Amino acid sequence: MAIILREAGYTYPDGSEAVRSVDLHVDDGERLAIVGQNGAGKTTMVKMMNGLLEPTRGEVLVDGSTTRGRTTASIAKTVGYVFQNPDDQVFNRDVRTELEFMPRYHGWDERKRAERVERAAALAGISRHLDTNPKDLPFATRKFVAIAAVLVGECGYVILDEPTAGLDVVGLSLLNRMIDQLEADGVAVVTITHDMRFVVESFSRVVAMADGNVVADGGCAEVFSDDAVLAEARIKRPEVAQLARDLGLSSTALTIRDVAPLIP
Amino acid sequence: MRRCGGAVVLVSLHDVRFTYAFTEGPALDGVTLELEPGLLHGVVGMNASGKSTLCALIRGVVPHFHEGTLEGDVQVLGRDLSDWDPADLSQTIGCVFDNPFTQISGIKDTVFEEIAIGLENLGVPREAMIQRVKEVVERLGLQALIRKNPNELSGGQRQKVAFASIIAMDTDFIVIDEPTSQLDPEASEEIFGVIDQLRRHGKSVVLVEHKIDLLARYADSIVVMKEGRVVMHGPTRDVLTSDALLDANVPPPEVTALARDLADAGKELPFMPITRSEAYQAISRRMEGRPRGHHTA
Repeated sequence: MAIILREAGYTYPDGSEAVRSVDLHVDDGERLAIVGQNGAGKTTMVKMMNGLLEPTRGEVLVDGSTTRGRTTASIAKTVGYVFQNPDDQVFNRDVRTELEFMPRYHGWDERKRAERVERAAALAGISRHLDTNPKDLPFATRKFVAIAAVLVGECGYVILDEPTAGLDVVGLSLLNRMIDQLEADGVAVVTITHDMRFVVESFSRVVAMADGNVVADGGCAEVFSDDAVLAEARIKRPEVAQLARDLGLSSTALTIRDVAPLIP
Repeated sequence: MRRCGGAVVLVSLHDVRFTYAFTEGPALDGVTLELEPGLLHGVVGMNASGKSTLCALIRGVVPHFHEGTLEGDVQVLGRDLSDWDPADLSQTIGCVFDNPFTQISGIKDTVFEEIAIGLENLGVPREAMIQRVKEVVERLGLQALIRKNPNELSGGQRQKVAFASIIAMDTDFIVIDEPTSQLDPEASEEIFGVIDQLRRHGKSVVLVEHKIDLLARYADSIVVMKEGRVVMHGPTRDVLTSDALLDANVPPPEVTALARDLADAGKELPFMPITRSEAYQAISRRMEGRPRGHHTA
């Protein structure tokens, strides 16, 4: 099972070519981070993965079947997408109703619904807010409501668009716990992020985009050791990774845990 | 009127408590703080620690717009907050909100007009206004956007435009709440570059920001907030290497965290670095002053 993009591209109605031609596999249970400048085509690409956008060239296959002609709602059962801004996604009057949306759409019975909602709420740390109106919750908590509303549907793939923006250290560790749990459940986690420290600490594979194309696809150490790729995608190494390189200690050490033992 | 070294104090709070209407606990709980003019003051803390309420108070948005109970003594630019006319205060202090989706006015058809909106409200003559907007557009590299509709911009682009409209107003005091939350690393550096220029031109800046590595490079002082209180305020280096920062659940710069881990492993550095170039020097010295590589900017 996989999401497969074959020479997939998307041109918006105004003529701007956001994604030119991308070949990409997202496999079961993997952790993939998509990086690149604002406007590089990251969000457009993931919107093609869950059917929010239908490719204008090439095709996208989700678990073997094309997204062409299918509704976003039917693809969303398999590929969940958590919006960058929770206010674009969360619309119900209380958190419980918001979380029950996908289970109802799946047609699950009441017992299974309640079970799934409770589990997703517990994972997202929002159990005590189930009867609260999401609009009365702070931004970071609304973000976890948005994530829980997707997790509850038992997707095979979850896409998180800029999940760390606006999160403090407690929110970040909660997010990492959720990603670990998703991995344990066999769910693939795809993220779009500008936070390179989050990438190297929580993801194993990186796809770098620039100007509507994928310019690198590989392990974190491989991608972050390639100066040409970093320049083209206009991204930077995490601070300690750059430090290790400047000191001549290593070109593949990326995290504090990697770098500390190298210093005598 | 409070003064510091002859100049009027930028902001002076004494035992300030503020509770929003219809909420139980105070958002600010016994805050005492003095900020000097002409400096860049970073404000850090967990979500809901009181950072945004502090910014709102300095601007008079609290309690003039968001109602609640305010206790204690608040002075802005040497005048009691209650003596300020809210309209005067909003023209004296430029302010960029953390959510660019709410800052964009929604009533202008082009980015150029959006950037001009503050100047328009101030009644700046048309020619001067156009000149000023052109300067800011160039300075922030927004030329490609000026004819676009602000409502069609991406989150990152909106954030830059919101920032531009405040820079255009050219106030001496600017309060900025997380200007880079939606921006890629290169654009974040650009915004910090502009903030640094403002400070070099003598402007006073209060900046709420999660990107601690950037604050380490640019801020003169850091205010640490926790549960509505200021738990530490001091020069950037003192704060970023302090235990108070960790107690407030704010992560130190990545290189400072590395130095702490090294110290715990018995590999103490000659001094505690807060930036990458300092870490390069400190580790090189530890490695007998013979760096095997070279430092990059």
